Amino acid sequence: MNFDYNEEQQLLADSVRRFVQKDYDFERRRKIVASEHGFSPEVWSVFADMGLLGLPFSTEHGGFGGGAVDLLSVMEAFGEALVVEPYLATVGLGARFVAKAGSAQQKKAILPAVAEGKLKMAFAHAEAGARYDLAQVRAQAKKAADGWRIEGEKRAVIGAPMADKLVVSARSGAGIALFLVDREAAGVSLRPYRTLDEMRAADVVLAGVRAEALEGGLELIEEATDFATALVCAEAVGAIQYANDATLEYLKTRKQFGVPIGAFQALQHRMVDMVISGEQARSMACLACSKADAASASERKRAISAAKIKIADACRHVSQESVQLHGGMGMTEELKVSHTFRRLTMIAQQFGDADHHLERFASL
Amino acid sequence: MDLNYSADELAFRDQVRAWIAANLPGDLREKMETFEHLSRDDLMRWHRILARQGWVAPAWPKEWGGTGWSVVERYLFEEELGYAGCPPLIPFGLAMCAPVLLRFGTEAQKKRFLPRIYNGDDFWCQGYSEPGSGSDLASLKTKAARQGEHYVVNGQKIWTTAAHYADWIFCLVRTDPTLEKKQEGISFLLIDMKSPGITVRPLILMDGGHDVNEVFFDDVKVPAENLVHEEGKGWTVAKYLLGYERMNTGRIGESKRELAKLKKFAAARLGDVGFRDRLSRLEVELTALEITNLRFLDRMRRSGQPPGADVSMLKIKGTEIQQTLTELMMQAADPAECGEIDPLARRYCNMRKTTIYAGSNEIQRNIIAKMTLGL
Ligand SMILES: Cc1cc2nc3c(=O)[nH]c(=O)nc-3n(C[C@H](O)[C@H](O)[C@H](O)COP(=O)(O)OP(=O)(O)OC[C@H]3O[C@@H](n4cnc5c(N)ncnc54)[C@H](O)[C@@H]3O)c2cc1C
Repeated sequence: MNFDYNEEQQLLADSVRRFVQKDYDFERRRKIVASEHGFSPEVWSVFADMGLLGLPFSTEHGGFGGGAVDLLSVMEAFGEALVVEPYLATVGLGARFVAKAGSAQQKKAILPAVAEGKLKMAFAHAEAGARYDLAQVRAQAKKAADGWRIEGEKRAVIGAPMADKLVVSARSGAGIALFLVDREAAGVSLRPYRTLDEMRAADVVLAGVRAEALEGGLELIEEATDFATALVCAEAVGAIQYANDATLEYLKTRKQFGVPIGAFQALQHRMVDMVISGEQARSMACLACSKADAASASERKRAISAAKIKIADACRHVSQESVQLHGGMGMTEELKVSHTFRRLTMIAQQFGDADHHLERFASL
Repeated sequence: MDLNYSADELAFRDQVRAWIAANLPGDLREKMETFEHLSRDDLMRWHRILARQGWVAPAWPKEWGGTGWSVVERYLFEEELGYAGCPPLIPFGLAMCAPVLLRFGTEAQKKRFLPRIYNGDDFWCQGYSEPGSGSDLASLKTKAARQGEHYVVNGQKIWTTAAHYADWIFCLVRTDPTLEKKQEGISFLLIDMKSPGITVRPLILMDGGHDVNEVFFDDVKVPAENLVHEEGKGWTVAKYLLGYERMNTGRIGESKRELAKLKKFAAARLGDVGFRDRLSRLEVELTALEITNLRFLDRMRRSGQPPGADVSMLKIKGTEIQQTLTELMMQAADPAECGEIDPLARRYCNMRKTTIYAGSNEIQRNIIAKMTLGL
């Protein structure tokens, strides 16, 4: 048993943290969010230089062969800084499908380009009404002389507006299958928008779009979604850490009735409960990341669902309390706390809310 | 004990319900239904429709336009307004400034302001909180110095809801900074928002909306006749008003309507055991609040006493219910439908304010601990 990072992981954790602290402060983020495309190409190329974009790929594709545990500290730092760049969409989801289910040729064409920061990706899977049921896919794939054609509508595709390639799920004769689509291909149209937590997403209409097949189907989608779930659990830990730090600081500095409000025992206990939620969330994120690559699917699913249940609860608890204990200030756009509130609110639901994972946990 | 409404009370409710159905403009109903932003005109249009009917200020004395309804009838009326999805009546004039004037104002002040409040000619806002004085309201610093027939006001208010719409602001100001006890030396002033030296700056909340403002006072001259009650007795006025403010925060009719909407909206999710349980719990909570509210009203009717620390309980429970409602609504929405989930998620964000404003729920608990329990 060992919860420590190894030396390489520690170095990575330190350098990512240094970068976001120095170059991704709240003002910088505000500018990025307000910019036309809602992400920063400069930041993206720094990610490439730091080796973050190839982290989970094999060394032959320009990566470092990392697993979810290696990504934990990256996601945690991103959570703390509320990074809006499409890292999860590209590295956690899109490219992972290629790494797992692409042909040798596809891997060679895509993964090094992703690692170098030249290619961004997104996973176009969810459809209207499916909620968190991964098996509800209506988009259709038909075989054509030169590959496949896809017809369908995908919703809320995070990172789609800036993606170069989309991984798309669709039904072919054999069930649910996976495909690669150029975002610029004829027949792809996007309805882009900004999410509550200030990321860019889009609804994607695919009208007879040309696609290449990947291997794998529903099982891989489940596995990849679990992997991505472990990553957002780690991201949540960072965001919770920020919310707790900021609230603790506020309790020590905000004065009412002639004393810091942290002198009120009613608030001390509330703060303590937030810290307990944060610690438990951290434990569960460790569990999720260490089991995300597990060989046994049932072991993996149980750990991921258990983690997501606790994380969703902690997101809700800490986000609500951090705003409440900041009083009126917590409600304002001006404070990072209210942005952290929004990200935590979304993470609580991303890849399944607590209800969904309780059902799954009970059924395993 | 009889928890049923009398035949007369039921007849009254039906009459109110029918009148609302016939008089609530369709466009306002629609905006309320979709949580759309209500403009100043929207709010005042509905205010004036009620004023013309003679129903805009049921609780006032009859001579000033009150209806003379019983406590239960007033409750039923408010519940019907909320349940039908009527635009809110902005409380700052009707339910805050007016009760203060009725209790502490001079005849001249009543004659000057009450009819205009009643008819919706003036839009009011509340200038209590300051950057350094939220929960600890009595520590407020905005100064008013007497100079001849005027007070000269300097300082800053914050979180002032609707200041960008308002014609008038009622303010707590410090007229005597030399006194040791911070509750002393505070006065209650009525200030024309058009006075030179007032600047209003918007504060954007996390849902992206503009409800609240900062209001700056830079040598603002206020005629001395706009002082309410005696100079230095503003804290008595403030405390009297806070009871009324909190009366307003239960919003049972509105929550009942939201609950009915939620049940319809979430029909597809009722197979989800966890969600269904939370929905049922919420309905039971709301029933408990409704009966508790009625029980307190009944007690008030019999004792003839103004609302005490009881309203703190209603505020805590009412706001928690409103927040849970918006949270379940967001959870019931299709996460893949941006158009559906986004406005509901923003509303969830916005409603976090309810446990902070009008005296935070922590402060309400302090009040109950102190006033009711003697701790
Ligand atoms: C949307 C909105 C609209 C508003 N509209 C108006 C308006 O129109 N006019 C107006 O005058 N004001 C208005 N307010 C201000 C509101 O009344 C204050 O925000 C509120 O009184 C809390 O003050 P604060 O924000 O300074 O928080 P603080 O007083 O700094 O409180 C911070 C935290 O500490 C807690 N706390 C403080 N003291 C204690 C204690 N003794 N024991 C335990 N916990 C404590 C609080 O509960 C809170 O959780 C509005 C606020 C909001 C958010």
